[in-house]
Amino acid sequence: MTDVGNMQVGAVGTAQVAARPTIQVVPLKGLPIVAAVVAFVIASIAGNWLWALTFCHVVGGGLWTAIDLFVGLIVGPMLGRLSPAARAEFTARFMPKMVLLMPTLVLMTLAAGFQLALKLGNLSPASPNHGWLVASFCVVGVMAVIALGVLEPANIAVLFEMRTPDPDGAVIGTLMRRFVLTAGITGVMQVATLIIMTRVATQ
Amino acid sequence: MSAVPATAPGSAPSRRFPPVAGLTTVSLGLVVIGGILMASYAPRRPPLGVPVAITVASAALLLAGGYLTSRLRPFAWDRFFLVFRWALLAYVISAGVIGFAFIKDHVRGAPLAVVLAMLAIYALDVPLIIAFTVARYSSPARHAGSLPDVSQPT
Repeated sequence: MTDVGNMQVGAVGTAQVAARPTIQVVPLKGLPIVAAVVAFVIASIAGNWLWALTFCHVVGGGLWTAIDLFVGLIVGPMLGRLSPAARAEFTARFMPKMVLLMPTLVLMTLAAGFQLALKLGNLSPASPNHGWLVASFCVVGVMAVIALGVLEPANIAVLFEMRTPDPDGAVIGTLMRRFVLTAGITGVMQVATLIIMTRVATQ
Repeated sequence: MSAVPATAPGSAPSRRFPPVAGLTTVSLGLVVIGGILMASYAPRRPPLGVPVAITVASAALLLAGGYLTSRLRPFAWDRFFLVFRWALLAYVISAGVIGFAFIKDHVRGAPLAVVLAMLAIYALDVPLIIAFTVARYSSPARHAGSLPDVSQPT
């Protein structure tokens, strides 16, 4: 797996410490966008709007799948080959965005997708898609446990550690290994989601 | 940049903790399984025996995780609560949207109560895992020197 165990941030000379990017664990500027997306999802469910539910599910799911694949299979392995300073700077700028982006996309995709499945009758036992949808619940369930139980806590713990005046490289290395490994697993599992969803859409 | 300093014995990364994150992640996994069982029956009324048993087991694991966390000394409690309250806010909103969808789909009575119990566990599980993970790697405030093994609660 990608080696990110030697990530170094902080614990360095004063000039380099001063040069470290300021890290905001939750980017406050993004919160209004998240609020707008959540409000749109709620309105779509409340209004039972087919177009809006389809939009939320397709756009959210497409972005979620693409980002998981891209981060897990392309960015993660590259991260291990960057210089420690570049890795630290990339992490400081990249991880806060993921804190807001991924939970929002997941909520948007799943809430709209469930409503859409009910509305279109795909969850009915008589539907040929019923089994495929239950399979997709199982895949998403495994991904959710990995993402919420391992990936997101590691992401946030890295950001908190990087905010300290004297970040511990060993802690950041341990947590980044965990982040990259779990991002890789969820990336691979997204392939199963792609197969299931294209089956559902064409039956 | 200089080399990363070696991790001192007894510092936060090498210190042993009770399996709070593990227990709570299993609790989360159980409510996800329960949720899949309930959702796979929609729009029909699901049989509730297995989901209720799963919810009880999940709640027990969550309580065990909370209890083990509460016994930790020393622990970065200031950081734990800082992260916990904001994560709780985020996941209460997330659980609220999911609960709203079930109510909108006319889930009523006992099935709704089971779903809401599962969502409550979910909304507590995730903040506990995140806050514990952040705090376990943080040095407790006002505590210097090596830290004891706290893998067994006192």
